[in-house]
Amino acid sequence: MSIEPNPSGGVPVEPAPAGAELDAPAQTPSSPQKGMFGITGTGDVSGFGGLVRPHPEVAGSPKPYGGYFDEVTDALEEAYPGFADAIEKVIVYRGELTLHIAPERIAEVAQIMRDDESLRFELLSSLSGVDYLASDPRRLHVCYELTSMTYRRRVRLESAIPAGGSLPSVTGVYPTADWQERETYDMFGVVFDGHPNLTRVLMPDDWEGHPQRKDYPLGGVPVEYKGAEIPPPDQRRVYQ
Amino acid sequence: MGIEEKLPSGILLTSVEKLSNWARKSSFWGATFGLACCAIEMMAAGGPHYDLGRWGMEVFRASPRQADLMIVAGRVSQKMAPVVRQIYDQMPEPRSVISMGVWASSGGMFNNYAIVQGVDHIVPVDIYLPGCPPRPEMLIDAILKMREKVMVAPLGPNGRKMLEARKAEGKMPIVAAGAMPSSYRADKTRRAEWTQAVKEGREEQLRIENWMKLQPHLREDA
Repeated sequence: MSIEPNPSGGVPVEPAPAGAELDAPAQTPSSPQKGMFGITGTGDVSGFGGLVRPHPEVAGSPKPYGGYFDEVTDALEEAYPGFADAIEKVIVYRGELTLHIAPERIAEVAQIMRDDESLRFELLSSLSGVDYLASDPRRLHVCYELTSMTYRRRVRLESAIPAGGSLPSVTGVYPTADWQERETYDMFGVVFDGHPNLTRVLMPDDWEGHPQRKDYPLGGVPVEYKGAEIPPPDQRRVYQ
Repeated sequence: MGIEEKLPSGILLTSVEKLSNWARKSSFWGATFGLACCAIEMMAAGGPHYDLGRWGMEVFRASPRQADLMIVAGRVSQKMAPVVRQIYDQMPEPRSVISMGVWASSGGMFNNYAIVQGVDHIVPVDIYLPGCPPRPEMLIDAILKMREKVMVAPLGPNGRKMLEARKAEGKMPIVAAGAMPSSYRADKTRRAEWTQAVKEGREEQLRIENWMKLQPHLREDA
């Protein structure tokens, strides 16, 4: 039941996971339900099809969170009246606090995190995107790593939007987010409303597609050796 | 190159050609095109230990208009490709390109959407230098081979006609300029050995045989 002309050697190929863009060039026939060991499935030997572990729905962590996490969440609750609507989940894992924020509130929350006296997260250390294809219907997440230099604390805010969605830009709060949001837009296609100049920053301006999404192919050309030609890594297959 | 059009062919032009090529090769001015880590090795080659000044190359001109050798040192991304081409176009003739390192020569380990799989997709390359990164000595070797190639470059249309004539008569040297490995070039006997092997068309075999002689587990007298 092959859906693409890609040589899978007659091995049955699973359909692409829900939400994958099937008109991407040279699609990777990866199935989220099969592991990469053994020929069952795609015969993909590169590992780019990916060993996919089951993703159970992550429940939030119970209070008390431990360390300074309680102070942070309490201060945020006090300072931000819409706390109950904005916070979707609080996760404490491996000593790191992650607050899942509703995407439309992220700019306000970031403002409070920066300005409130007891929070004072002045530094946006990093803004990046994550693609949770096949494990989250709201596929694209944006992670904001905030650092408080006054209190020496770190916290992460995470917002999830479906592909094609958008969320407010935090450039007004953290100017450093400018190019980082451009990079997230370039690589994942996350549109930031209110960004002063949302254009591609890493790829050429007229590039089509968003390369770091999970369904974007690796690209690459077959490499010619003496007496053999090896296909690019994501198209190497086991043939039986 | 206007004045060369007017020079007569023959002995006079040969001498002028040799003189002009010698001048060109003795003061190759590189255009700075360090893109990635090969740039560090290029800088090290220009530094005092692996001194490129020994061959007149201590100067790396930032302006391509004043450079005649572009060493593409590092991976070329899709976004950088038009820039590489523009710098190459801005270099005046005669110009040469050394593609330094595997990322520039073939895309290297980055066989993906973002990196041009070899800068020869964009500019014509004279010398490909493998390595990741190539040591400064390897870069110097590539530059020396480039100099050999420059030494036999024809001068103007008359020079090209003379080169064609020499090719037709079969008066070309047995080993092409820049084609002998430096480990063979350094020693007279090995040079003769290599030239003989090229005549017979078995230089690769010679290389393998000599390499096998050095391996303790492959020596027959072991």
